[in-house]
Amino acid sequence: MILWQLFLSYLKIGFFGFGGGYAMLSLIQNEIVVRHGWLSGGEFADIVAISQITPGPIAINSATYVGYTVGAQMGSEGFGVLGSLIATVAVSLPSLTIMLLLTHFFIRLRNNRLIEGAMRGMRPVVVGMIAAAALMLIFPASASADEQSFIDAWSWVLFGGVLIGQIRKINPILLILLSALLGIVIYH
Amino acid sequence: MWQLFWSFLKIGAFSFGGGYAMIPLIEREVIERHKWIGRADFLDMMILAQSSPGPIALNTAVFVGYKTRGVGGALSAVAGIVLPSFVMILLIALLFADIRHNPWIEAAFKGMRPAVVALIAAPILSLSKTVHRLLWTVIVATAFSIHWLGWSPVVLLLAGALLGIAYEVWNAKRLNR
Repeated sequence: MILWQLFLSYLKIGFFGFGGGYAMLSLIQNEIVVRHGWLSGGEFADIVAISQITPGPIAINSATYVGYTVGAQMGSEGFGVLGSLIATVAVSLPSLTIMLLLTHFFIRLRNNRLIEGAMRGMRPVVVGMIAAAALMLIFPASASADEQSFIDAWSWVLFGGVLIGQIRKINPILLILLSALLGIVIYH
Repeated sequence: MWQLFWSFLKIGAFSFGGGYAMIPLIEREVIERHKWIGRADFLDMMILAQSSPGPIALNTAVFVGYKTRGVGGALSAVAGIVLPSFVMILLIALLFADIRHNPWIEAAFKGMRPAVVALIAAPILSLSKTVHRLLWTVIVATAFSIHWLGWSPVVLLLAGALLGIAYEVWNAKRLNR
């Protein structure tokens, strides 16, 4: 059943979501776009854009959105709401249980060598995962229009501009809103 | 309990741009306004929240909620932090089905897609100055094997963690000798 699969996928994303928002993108992409094909690569980029300009963690935002989309594919908006509830609860459950245990036993991770070692070992993998998320958006799996993030030279201009803006520490919300505006100017 | 919910609702509603941007907001609500936890606990909490899986904001909500009011407190803080995202995205998803093919919206998203890719790529570039060359090999190999070989990121994460632990153990033994 698709809702059960949705639950399991987001449980997995929550459980292995080390290293914060962008690192979770690769996990989400792998489950939702590559394994199950619930969203196209382009739709995935859209939900990341929406997450950037709305408040809250990107994992939660994507869970709610994907849950709705997958549920609604079953036929009605009611299923959509149910799907978004299921995915959002699933992505929060691992955080909730693991943090409850850690807080209850008040495990101090400071100066714990094994945990430090594990974290240090995961760090380059996490950066690689972020790079993989970007690669997949640049080189999509299929040639269909809905998969493409880059459609013409203007796309690369926008990409370069935002990249420079981000390195200069300009607010990312502003950068996304500006590129939406430029998108309207260029493509409408 | 109600206050926990309300405080984390505010944090959830006003935190744009992910985990790290939320830290000052959490600090103000949790330490300065309500004095739910002290400064020393806050530091421990941040390390815990960053080391355990899941969104950092969610992890801090569990910690503060549980410390002040037990499991019920943790649940109400989590409900508070999740609710603004949930409601807002649900509304967008409901609307988006209808407006998706509006030419204005389509044009805006055509502009935003490459911008999103740049936002994801930027932190990797800014890291390039500080990271050791050996680690770069690991980073590139990871990205390559996920994207072109289709390896599971979960397996790679576990492998990274195990290698890191093995290195620590080996290092400890060497120092003991």
